[in-house]
Amino acid sequence: MTSEPQPRIVYCHCAYAQVVPPDVKQHVLRELTDREVAFEAVPDLCEMAARKDPSLAGIAGGGPVRLAACYPRAVKWLFVSAGSPLPETGVEIVNMRTATADEAAAAMLRGDSTNGEIA
Amino acid sequence: MTASQAPAVRVVLFEGVGSEPLAPADRYVLVSTLLQAGYGVTRVRHAAPAAIEPGRGPVAVLGRFAERPPAEAQDAATGDRIFFRDLGGTPPDQAVELLEAINADAGLRRPGGWKPWFPVIDFGRCTNCMQCLTFCLFDVYGVSPEKQIRVQNPSNCKTDCPACSRVCPEVAILFPKYRMGPINGDEVRVEDIHREKMKVDISALLGGDIYAALRQRSVDAKERFTRERDEKRALEERKKCLAKLQQALDIPPEVLAALPSQDQISAKLEQALNRSGQGS
Repeated sequence: MTSEPQPRIVYCHCAYAQVVPPDVKQHVLRELTDREVAFEAVPDLCEMAARKDPSLAGIAGGGPVRLAACYPRAVKWLFVSAGSPLPETGVEIVNMRTATADEAAAAMLRGDSTNGEIA
Repeated sequence: MTASQAPAVRVVLFEGVGSEPLAPADRYVLVSTLLQAGYGVTRVRHAAPAAIEPGRGPVAVLGRFAERPPAEAQDAATGDRIFFRDLGGTPPDQAVELLEAINADAGLRRPGGWKPWFPVIDFGRCTNCMQCLTFCLFDVYGVSPEKQIRVQNPSNCKTDCPACSRVCPEVAILFPKYRMGPINGDEVRVEDIHREKMKVDISALLGGDIYAALRQRSVDAKERFTRERDEKRALEERKKCLAKLQQALDIPPEVLAALPSQDQISAKLEQALNRSGQGS
């Protein structure tokens, strides 16, 4: 029996603005750090896009990815603006501006059997 | 402060073989503290080569290592510097100090210091009308060699000013850190398009266009001042006018006060197109 590979987990802390509810951000990050999962936490996708950070190309081209960030339309065009468009498939964006803390955390860890280590 | 192109040191929190995992509470404090200070953190549970992706700039590998690692190594392929620091004895909320020391010693950029406020173009909606380019006072926009509008100088953008998105007839300009939709990236609904257009139309109705309206108000205020010698009243009038426009369009007053003339706008567009033809 083969199982689907878990997507890479990327969490955006939106560190330089107060637009993502702090309780949602904190809860998602706490859930990620409590589990045995590998993840990439970035301080602020906007700031990275403005700098055209090469890490964005790694995220966009690194296979299936699940991003905790903000509105999918904003995330999509941020990556385009950085010259590293996200692929058409294999990308899940969890909107921490509209989801509740529990919804966002559950969406990020969906399919994780809690000890399913991804590294 | 503007966006520096140099990457800051990236943190790899190594909890794989040869490194004792942190307690979840410590891990949370460590990661959230580093993020708040502007450092990205990749948590690694196994020694996967992909964890330290080459070509992404300097890396600081933090962990509770069983054996003392070298202080510094170099990626053979990219030349990226890799710093190793043992977390033993360092409280998780003070890990930033380890990175600050690396920055100081290695002359690396400190992250943060700039609120990343800049427009992002939704090219699924943009019609390349160039209204944003002509409206923006700060030369944020430019034109590609293919004559396509682009955000050329994001760090020139006036923090918290969404003015260009207000004049975009297609609601194609996003500011992800804006508080309200659809400018923040929320889906665009039919009523949003009508509302955005209405705002622009209202400003146009004030006197031909927003610039003309403001200039006329200014002239009127000056005339009134001369006629009535009532400085206070003129200033009040101007303030009222600016407040109205600011409220309608959510544009900072200092931006409104510096709006260019129609001639300047035309000249700006021409210059941008000429520059794009030169391949800039």
